[in-house]
Amino acid sequence: MATTETTTSVRGLIALPQAAARALIALGAVATIASTFMSWTYTADFPGDLTYYGSPAGLQVLDLVAGALTLLFALTTWNVRGLGWLNPAGATQPVVLAATSAVAVSWFSAIAIAVDLKGLVALDPGAYIAAVGSLIGLLGALALPKPGDTFKDYVTKPENIPPAAKLPGWGERLVITAATAVALIVFTYGIGVDPDASETFLGYLLLVIFGAWALLTAGLFDRFAELNARHKGFATSMAFLAAAIFPFVENNEHNANLGVNILVVATVALGLNIVVGLTGLLDLGYVAFLGVGAYAAALVSGSEFSRFSGVQFPFWAAMLTGMAASLVFGVLIGAPTLRLRGDYLAIVTLGFGEIFRISVNNMDGSSGPNLTNGPNGISMIPDLKIFGFNFGSSHDVGGMTLGRFANYFLLMLLITALVVLVFNRAADSRIGRSWIAIREDETAATAMGINGFRVKLIAFALGASLAGLAGTVSAHVGYSVNPAPYQFAGSVPPNSAFLLAAVVLGGMGTVNGPILGATLLYLLPEKLSFLKEYQLLAFGVALVILMRFRPEGIIANRRRQLEFHETGQLDIPEQGLPDTTVGVTKAGA
Amino acid sequence: MTTTTAPTPVLEASGVTMRFGGLTAVRSVDLTVNSGEIVGLIGPNGAGKTTFFNCLTGLYVPTEGKVSYKGTVLPPKPHLVTSAGIARTFQNIRLFANMTVLENVLVGRHTRTKEGLWSALLRGPGFRKAEAASRERAMELLEFIGLDHKADHLSRNLPYGEQRKLEIARAMASEPGLLLLDEPTAGMNPQETRATEDLVFAIRDRGIAVLVIEHDMRFIFNLSDRVACLVQGEKLVEGTSEVVQGDERVIAAYLGEPFEGAPGDEELAEVEAAEASGTAEASDASDAQSTTSKEGTAQ
Repeated sequence: MATTETTTSVRGLIALPQAAARALIALGAVATIASTFMSWTYTADFPGDLTYYGSPAGLQVLDLVAGALTLLFALTTWNVRGLGWLNPAGATQPVVLAATSAVAVSWFSAIAIAVDLKGLVALDPGAYIAAVGSLIGLLGALALPKPGDTFKDYVTKPENIPPAAKLPGWGERLVITAATAVALIVFTYGIGVDPDASETFLGYLLLVIFGAWALLTAGLFDRFAELNARHKGFATSMAFLAAAIFPFVENNEHNANLGVNILVVATVALGLNIVVGLTGLLDLGYVAFLGVGAYAAALVSGSEFSRFSGVQFPFWAAMLTGMAASLVFGVLIGAPTLRLRGDYLAIVTLGFGEIFRISVNNMDGSSGPNLTNGPNGISMIPDLKIFGFNFGSSHDVGGMTLGRFANYFLLMLLITALVVLVFNRAADSRIGRSWIAIREDETAATAMGINGFRVKLIAFALGASLAGLAGTVSAHVGYSVNPAPYQFAGSVPPNSAFLLAAVVLGGMGTVNGPILGATLLYLLPEKLSFLKEYQLLAFGVALVILMRFRPEGIIANRRRQLEFHETGQLDIPEQGLPDTTVGVTKAGA
Repeated sequence: MTTTTAPTPVLEASGVTMRFGGLTAVRSVDLTVNSGEIVGLIGPNGAGKTTFFNCLTGLYVPTEGKVSYKGTVLPPKPHLVTSAGIARTFQNIRLFANMTVLENVLVGRHTRTKEGLWSALLRGPGFRKAEAASRERAMELLEFIGLDHKADHLSRNLPYGEQRKLEIARAMASEPGLLLLDEPTAGMNPQETRATEDLVFAIRDRGIAVLVIEHDMRFIFNLSDRVACLVQGEKLVEGTSEVVQGDERVIAAYLGEPFEGAPGDEELAEVEAAEASGTAEASDASDAQSTTSKEGTAQ
C-alpha cells in the first residue's frame, strides 16, 4: 500500500485493480471449496475423519459452507443478476466478513490438526490449499473499496442500504419459510456435533459468528426482521413448526434430551423475563420456583419415593398443582419484599433461593419434616400418560420413530408456545405497560395511578407460576428431582445466575432473546467439554465481552436498542431521566 | 374569570404540615382551589412548594392536616389520589423515557381502565374495545398538545419543550378534575412559555382546575385567577395577581429586606463622602471621556 495520502473510498486496503480483486476472491473461494473435497490429514484420529477424497466431513463441511458463502458474496461484486438481494448495498463489509469466515475455519482446522497430531507433517495438501485459498480470498476482499478509514467500518453495517423490493405476499412467506429452514439446519447441525469433537464445534461457532456477521452487515437481518414484523403470526408459527420438526430429523436420544432441556430452560428464562425484563425487578433466586414446580409435580406423580406415593394426579392436575405451588411461593416471597426498592428485593430473592434448596435438602424426616426425601430427592418418577399416550415409550409417527425425549420435546414445545403467548399478550396490554412504566420510573408510575405493589406482585406471581409450569415437565423428563441443581450459581444449568444471564445476554424484554440466550448458554458448555473446570471462567469472560460491545443483548428490543445506541435526535436533556434516590424523599421532585 | 356563579371547591387543603425530623418544610398551609380556576403558587427556592405538592398527591404523608378533593378526604397513596381525580407533572421531567409517546399517554389512562391480567391473556371483545378506546382517547390528547405526529417516537428523543407537553398530556389522560403543574415553563424560552400559557388556558377551558407552581412571574400573574405565596413553609399571602404583586412582604421574600444592623443614613452619608473624595480624580477622567464620546455621537 503505497499511496495512502489520497485516500478515496474507491481504493481498497490493498492497492489492486478492482477486476483483479474480484477475481482473487472468487479464486480463493473456489480453491477453498475444492480443498474440502481433498484429504486434510492422513489419519482418522482427528475428529470427523478428514482423510477422504471426494466427501467432505466435519470441519470440511463447515469450510465448504464458508467457501460457498464467500463465492456468493464475490459474485455480488460482479452484479450477477439474481444475487442482488444478497448484498443490496453492494457493500464491501459482507464480502470481507464472509472471506474471514473461510480463513477462520480453514486456519483453525489446520492449526488444530497440527496441534492435535503433533506437527505440520500431519497436514495433507488439502489443508494447505484450504489455508492458502481462503487467505487469497481475504486478500482479494481487502482490495475491494474501503468502507471507511477505521477497522470499525469493516465490521459495521453500512447506512445506505436500499429498501427491499416489494415481493408478493406468498413470496415473502416463502422467504420466511426458507430462512426458518436454514435456521433449523444450522441449529440441528450444531446440536448434532459429537460432544467429543470440540474442534468441529469451535469451527462451527467460527462459521456461525462470521457468517451471521456477514449477513448482518449485508442488511439481510434487518430485512428479515421487517418481513417477520409484516407476517408476525406466520413467522411465529413457522418457528414453532421448525422446532416441532426438530425431533423428527434428530433421532439421537441424547440430542433430543438436550433439546428438551433447552426448551425447559428457555421457558423458565421467558418467565424470568417478565420479572426482570419487563418489570425491572432483579430476582436472584428465580430457579427456586422451577424447583417448587418440579417438587410439587414429583410429589403427586405416584413415585414410590414420594411422601404421597399413593397419589397419582393426571398430568393436567399435576401441572396446575405445580403452577399453584409456585404461585403461592411467589406471592409469599413477593408480598413482603415488593414494597421495597430494587436492591432489597435482589437480596431477599437470593436468600429465598438458598432457603428453598437448603430446606428441601433437610426435609428428610430426620433433620426436618419428612417431605422431600432430603438430598436423595424423589426418584423413579413415572412417565407421563396423556389420553393413553405413554411418553416413556417410542412411537412410530409417519414412518419416523419418536423416542421418549422426542415425546417430551413436543410436549415442552407446546408449553413454550403457551408461555410465549402469555408473554406477548401480557406485555402488550394495560398491565404490561404498567410493568414497563414501573421499570422506567416507579414514582412517576404511581403518580399516574398505578398501584405499584399490586402490579409488581402480579408480575412476580405470573413469572413464578410459569417457572413452576416448566418445572412440572422437567421433573418427569429427568426421572427424578433433587435439591442440587436449584442453586444460585453453578456450572450446571439451571441455576439462577444462568437464567439471569440467559435473559440479559439474549435481550431483556424480548421473546426471542431469552430463548436464544438459553440455547447458547446450554449448548456451549455441553459441546465445549474440553473447557472442563474453566467453563465458568469462559462464561464470565463471554458475559463481560458481550456487555461491553452489545449491552442490549444479542436480540435487542427496539426500545433498548435506542437506549444504548442513540441515533440522531441528540437534543435530549439528561435531567429528564429518572433519578432513583433512596431515603426519605420518595419523590425526587 | 368570566362567569363563576357559585364556585365549588375542588381541592381543600387545611392545616397541611410536613416535618422531616426537626425541619418543618410546610407549616399549616390552607389552600382552596375552586372548579374552573387557575391558582398559582409562588415562593422563593426552598419555600416548600414542591413538598406541599407531594403532600397533596400522596407522595408524602402530611404530618398534620388533611387534603380533600370534592369534599372527600384523600387517602395518602399516590395511585389513589390519581384515581380520585388529581393528576400532576414533575419539576424535573419524569417521563417513561424508553416508552413511546403514545405508550406514555396510555399509561396515564391506567386508572380509567380496568382490564387486568386475565382479560389481557384471553383477549375477549371487551379487552379489544377498551384498548381501542384508550388509544383513541390518547391520540386525541396528543392532538390537543400537538404531538400526534410523533406518537411512535421514544419519549426520551423528544426535545425538551415537547417532553414538558407530553407530561401534561400524560397527566390529563387520567381524566383529572384538578391538574397540578410543577414549574411547567422551567427552562423554556419566551415563545415556548407563551405556548404553555395558551395550553394551560385551554386545559382550564376543558373544565379542569389547575394549580401551578412557577418562578416566571409574568407567566404566573398573566395566568392565575388567584396566587398564593409560600415563604419558608408558610403561606404569606393569597389573593389576586394585583394584591400579591403589590405586597411588600412578597417583594421582601424574593429580594430580601434590610437586616437589623443595617447602616443608618448618617453612616451612608459618611461612606458616600469618603467615596466621592477618593474617586474624584478617576471620575473626572471618566466624565471627560463620556463627554467626548457624547460629542462624537452627536456629530
